[in-house]
Amino acid sequence: MKSHAEHITMKKQEFLTELQNGLTGFPQDVTDECLAFYTEMIDDRMEEGMTEEEAIAAIGSVKEIVAQMTADIPLMKLVKERIAPKRGLRAWEVVLLILGFPLWFPLILAAVVVIFSLYLVIWAVLISFWAVAISCWVSAVGLIVASAVFALQGHGLTGIAAVGIGIFCIGFSILITWACLAASKGIVKFTKIAAIGIKRKCMKRGRTA
Amino acid sequence: MMMDVQLKRGLLDVCVLAAMKNEDSYGYKIINDLKPYIALSESTLYTILKRLETADMLTVRTCEHDGRLRKYYHITAAGRKRMEEFKTEWKEMILIYQFVTKEDEREESR
Repeated sequence: MKSHAEHITMKKQEFLTELQNGLTGFPQDVTDECLAFYTEMIDDRMEEGMTEEEAIAAIGSVKEIVAQMTADIPLMKLVKERIAPKRGLRAWEVVLLILGFPLWFPLILAAVVVIFSLYLVIWAVLISFWAVAISCWVSAVGLIVASAVFALQGHGLTGIAAVGIGIFCIGFSILITWACLAASKGIVKFTKIAAIGIKRKCMKRGRTA
Repeated sequence: MMMDVQLKRGLLDVCVLAAMKNEDSYGYKIINDLKPYIALSESTLYTILKRLETADMLTVRTCEHDGRLRKYYHITAAGRKRMEEFKTEWKEMILIYQFVTKEDEREESR
């Protein structure tokens, strides 16, 4: 009977340990709060008469909880947690850090700036396409207005040509605006996916450390 | 799609606030009280409670219960204000709903 009870306590402990492992790389206070929340949930269910296994089954998978927690936590919190050393630095490490500063600082800075500028280039290209789209719309309107002026001045053929080019501009504008919209949405989506990917990276590195 | 997520988020926030409007409540009780109306998973509730706490719509206190700790959630004035806003917003929503369904009927009879 006792061994049975022990097996059951393992169940809850297993769940909480697995959750804790899943949240490696998260700030300690966030992990503690999350664990306290789920401990309370399991205990409350058991108080109502559920067995430990039933209570844990009702709560759902650890994977799901970790995914939700990852989506919710701000990226900067994870990065900060990753950068902050878990233990005090040894004297030689401090000396090395200071002596190596002229070397490692520019390197890290350069890496961050390069990645950031690559991201900016993507947006810059898109912005230039938006500029093309806007100028096409403007010239379309301009040409159609101009055609009316031409017609009034008696240059009928020039007017018709202007209308034709204007209509061509409208068609081109519609196409390019549609493409720009799709590309903008794509980049925003990519940014969101990349943010979650970076968060995962931070967590995984935390686990091996 | 985006609109749906936003709408659902707002609805869930108000539901959780409503669960503690008469007396302070705790996690499992909130889930049970809302069960007849909305199926809320623990991880969703956790996110909502955190969000409401950050927005100062509720406060948390830890109490001892049966030899263990339990967190009780208390609705603040800002939380009650949010519920009032929801009621007004929803009246507008019902009017829009009635307008939309009226159009449907006309199309069907055509």
